[in-house]
Amino acid sequence: MSHVEVYGIRHHGPGSARALRGALEEFKPDAVLIEGPPEADPIVELAGDPDMVPPVALLAYSPAPTSGSAAGSGEGGGDGDRDRKAAFWPFAEFSPEWQAIRYALGAGVPVRFCDLPAAHQLVPADDDEHEDEAAEDAAEEVEASGDAAEVIRLDPLGWLAKAAGYDDAERWWDDVVEHRGGGPSPFAAIAEAMTELREQLAALPEGKASAALPPGHALREERREAHMRRTLRRTLKEGHERVAVVCGAWHVPALRAKVPAAHDDRTLRGLPKAKVAMTWVPWTHGRLAGWSGYGAGVRSPGWYHHLFIARDRPIERWLTAAARVLREEDLHVSSAHVIEAVRLAEALAALRGRPLAGLDEVTEATRAVLCEGADLPVDLIQKRMVVGERLGAVPERTPMVPLARDLRAEQRRLRLKPSALDREQDLDLRKPTDLDRSRLLHRLRLLDVPWGVPAETGRSKGTFRETWTLTWRPEFDVELIEASAWGTTVRGAATARAESLAAHATALADLTSVAERCLLADLGDALPTVMRALADRAAVDTDVAHLMAAMPALVRALRYGDVRGTSTGPLRTVVDGLVVRVCVGLPPAITGLDDDAAREFLGRVDDVHGALSLLADDGHLERWRRTLEGLVGRPDTLHGLIDGRLTRLLHDAGRLDDVPDRMARVVSTGTEPARAAAWIEGFLSGGALLLVHDETLLRLVDGWVSDLPGDSFTDVLPLLRRTFGAYAANERRAIGERLRNLDHAPAAASRPSEDDVDEARAAAATTTTLRILGWERWA
Amino acid sequence: MTEPNTPGDPGGRPSGETGAVLRPHAEDAHAGELARLAEHDDRPRPPGWRLSPWAVTTYLLGGDLPDGTSISPKYVGPRRLMEVAVATLATDRALLLLGVPGTAKTWVSEHLAAAVSGDSTLLVQGTAGTAEEAIRYGWNYARLLAEGPSEKALVESPVMRAMRRGAVARIEELTRIPSDVQDTLITVLSEKTLPVPELNTEVQARRGFTVIATANDRDRGVNELSSALRRRFNTVVLPLPESVEDEVDIVARRVDQIGAGLELPEAPAGLEEIRRVVTVFRELRSGMTGDGRTKLKSPSGTLSTAEAISVITSGLALAAHFGDGVLRAADVAGGIVGAVVQDPVSDRVVWREYLEAVVRDRPEWRDFYRACREVS
Repeated sequence: MSHVEVYGIRHHGPGSARALRGALEEFKPDAVLIEGPPEADPIVELAGDPDMVPPVALLAYSPAPTSGSAAGSGEGGGDGDRDRKAAFWPFAEFSPEWQAIRYALGAGVPVRFCDLPAAHQLVPADDDEHEDEAAEDAAEEVEASGDAAEVIRLDPLGWLAKAAGYDDAERWWDDVVEHRGGGPSPFAAIAEAMTELREQLAALPEGKASAALPPGHALREERREAHMRRTLRRTLKEGHERVAVVCGAWHVPALRAKVPAAHDDRTLRGLPKAKVAMTWVPWTHGRLAGWSGYGAGVRSPGWYHHLFIARDRPIERWLTAAARVLREEDLHVSSAHVIEAVRLAEALAALRGRPLAGLDEVTEATRAVLCEGADLPVDLIQKRMVVGERLGAVPERTPMVPLARDLRAEQRRLRLKPSALDREQDLDLRKPTDLDRSRLLHRLRLLDVPWGVPAETGRSKGTFRETWTLTWRPEFDVELIEASAWGTTVRGAATARAESLAAHATALADLTSVAERCLLADLGDALPTVMRALADRAAVDTDVAHLMAAMPALVRALRYGDVRGTSTGPLRTVVDGLVVRVCVGLPPAITGLDDDAAREFLGRVDDVHGALSLLADDGHLERWRRTLEGLVGRPDTLHGLIDGRLTRLLHDAGRLDDVPDRMARVVSTGTEPARAAAWIEGFLSGGALLLVHDETLLRLVDGWVSDLPGDSFTDVLPLLRRTFGAYAANERRAIGERLRNLDHAPAAASRPSEDDVDEARAAAATTTTLRILGWERWA
Repeated sequence: MTEPNTPGDPGGRPSGETGAVLRPHAEDAHAGELARLAEHDDRPRPPGWRLSPWAVTTYLLGGDLPDGTSISPKYVGPRRLMEVAVATLATDRALLLLGVPGTAKTWVSEHLAAAVSGDSTLLVQGTAGTAEEAIRYGWNYARLLAEGPSEKALVESPVMRAMRRGAVARIEELTRIPSDVQDTLITVLSEKTLPVPELNTEVQARRGFTVIATANDRDRGVNELSSALRRRFNTVVLPLPESVEDEVDIVARRVDQIGAGLELPEAPAGLEEIRRVVTVFRELRSGMTGDGRTKLKSPSGTLSTAEAISVITSGLALAAHFGDGVLRAADVAGGIVGAVVQDPVSDRVVWREYLEAVVRDRPEWRDFYRACREVS
């Protein structure tokens, strides 16, 4: 005589998990059926592997089409319109399903998943309402999470909780089921309650019962339950005598009901099917807290984990751990504090009529006693313990896409372990390992797997240092599967991706950023393609502003090349071409600009100027300066701001000898005041410090102002004020002080020329310097 | 210091004509509610408690009794705070109520003491001049000189009396008490005993004894509690009211009670006027207008709910005695300006800005604007 036990559980409920484990050990089934996708049957035995550490999740995804076609037709702009179909069934240590799997594997009993196959659930939805929420659709559970609209209407536990006088179903369930120490198995009572509820719901008028539900919900539920029954029947037919079924409490009555097989077959006939692949992926507690394939998020996975792990004295253990967390942060918390916190938590629980202090009471006690009323440490506990970020692990033999396997190998080689908590990593690019790490992270970023995020301050530390923030998120596994369309190794996939990005890029600046990323990621194979695209694009791009915007990134990349050992030959060619184009295109582009455009252009000119100085290529600099000279030669077509700035740039380069005349001309009566003001602003841009330290410039300005005729001075004064007023008060004072001393200290004295060096006097200092530098033999 | 009462006889103090006193104690003002609660209270009471913790919570937060008696809420705010406070006292821990001025710290402490011990008068008012005698004991010097040290020459402090009686002692403004005096509490709270070395005896606290202290966390650092003392308290931080509705509710309720207590001529406290005062206070306090559109400077004062209550009450008095009996903008304007402008220079600027930038642009506040212009 066959015997079937149906255990109604709450997904991710530690109390359910413990009770279930006990019940299974007592019942000793010879087959265990679990609510979950049957496609996972072949890989369920992996759960018994010692390397499998929860939280983990079953991942169902549509396998990528063949690699070639995806790379060709794939993402154009990468604008998020992805046809992703994936669903997760997460398990934590304290998930009843996980405990059931572990029990069955330990006892050598077959485990089957009995839910509707993922193949039917990943089918593109007809009503696009749920297009993106495949994960939620996949195993939607009527549950006490209170999030989705459909749950509110069909929240059976909510009804029961209300009947028991609770306003929060989670707390009710916690009190009635999760916080039970031992005692008789709760499953019979749960089944009874659910049966009663389902009967009442069925008695409701048709329209009312499903009013707030999305259209397909009831049908989907029916199919799922039909499939569960069918799997059960099949298992019994195979000769299993004692079968345990683990499913969400809501489904218990449906599974116990006697439904003819033909009825279920009719329900399940002709379902659309999609191709589905299945694997295990590491999961995090944080994800468990947010959303999950079971629909029911857990707000406090760390707390549940603790409840499940701590076999006795959960409150005491929790508060002691909290005290330790606070002590680590140098907050003084003594054992006496913990004792009082436990007492307060228990008193509060009694006051609120709960059988055991729950998370609410413990948190209140932590706040009032351990944290002495302060909120900040409470937040710390919340983050470190209540959510308790942890990342699971899957064993080596888990099926994965080649790309993921390659990444694992790389991670092991470079000793970079994924972790769910933010971690700072400083990389010294002069060391080979760190350089490889940096390349790996850059490649992953190209593949849209932002495991590491580079810190912005990196550049100021010099080009050989990088700072990354590493956080592994479970969805990266999906991204990896998606990215596997690009190739089988991280390097290969990143190369293909970069080439595709380059081919589809529309703006020049996008292309240069791809080029820069290629260099950072050391994707030498992609560079020729990217560079060719870049050169082509630069050749046809008529907007010189685009060319100018592209330049700084390229020049920076060129400089990086030295540190990272990347070959930059092709890049050099592109930059060379770019400089010529900019110089040719600048004169027509720069004339006839209005105020805003001129200001924007000014930034571009400065950037290009800076980039060219950085490049230190005499030919390019010469060409650039000659272009500028040509421009200031016909000042009437230039905006005042730009004219002033160009004059200054050329003056700094020593290419103009009539600067005083030009200044005088600008402020003479023939020029409009607005233009004069802009000119001065452009000329003096670069901040007050320049004026303080560049004595030639200061003399120039000083001479010009003092030579102004009385009337003109009055006219110019507001314009000068406008520029000087923008400087800080102390800068203005410094300029004034410099001016006062200008007459006493002749210019020549302050800047000694190179000719009259007294070699004898310098020798001593030189020797010392050489010794410091370790170059003594040169002395 | 008054003559000590006979221990264990809380009825010993003069309590006869409650009607004549300006402000009756909580246990007298709400004697009816407390008696009803005790009648219906079938839950276990901790030793020395007049009511069970559940009944104390109901007394504070309000509720309905089975016989239809309605208990008025004493504290309007998060339920969990009061539950933590009551649970603290039930575990005979000392309770420290923290908060900015005017967040009903004293109010809660008085009502807690009244509900738990039926006596809220065992009170030490903390000041910079509070001496050890106020917390431990003093001497009747005439008797001390005549008879030498004896029990009779001892003058008990409220704390000592509370220990003998197993009642709740209240300490107001704990952080204003000098540190060395504060520290005398440590033994009392941890050993629950108060030695009297002169007589070679001690007073051991009876069950039910505990301490409720209040402290202001706005002017911090007056006399910061030592960590030894701090850890003997459970801390509950009382927040400012969360929403305008809550605050209006609190103000309206208290104004009614005070008005009745002062026997002011009946003047309907217009809810509109109360809402306006509360809005002004909240906006200035948070430095932002209610709609979150305009940023404001905050004045130096705290602008607590308690101050809003006093503005309304004095406005009511003005309206009743000098006005037409209806609370109007002009009646509250003076009070508001007085409450906002604590520092004559900087706060006046803040108030001016608020008046011109916010009040003037609200068409329905025109009367208020004019009234404020007149007084400031």
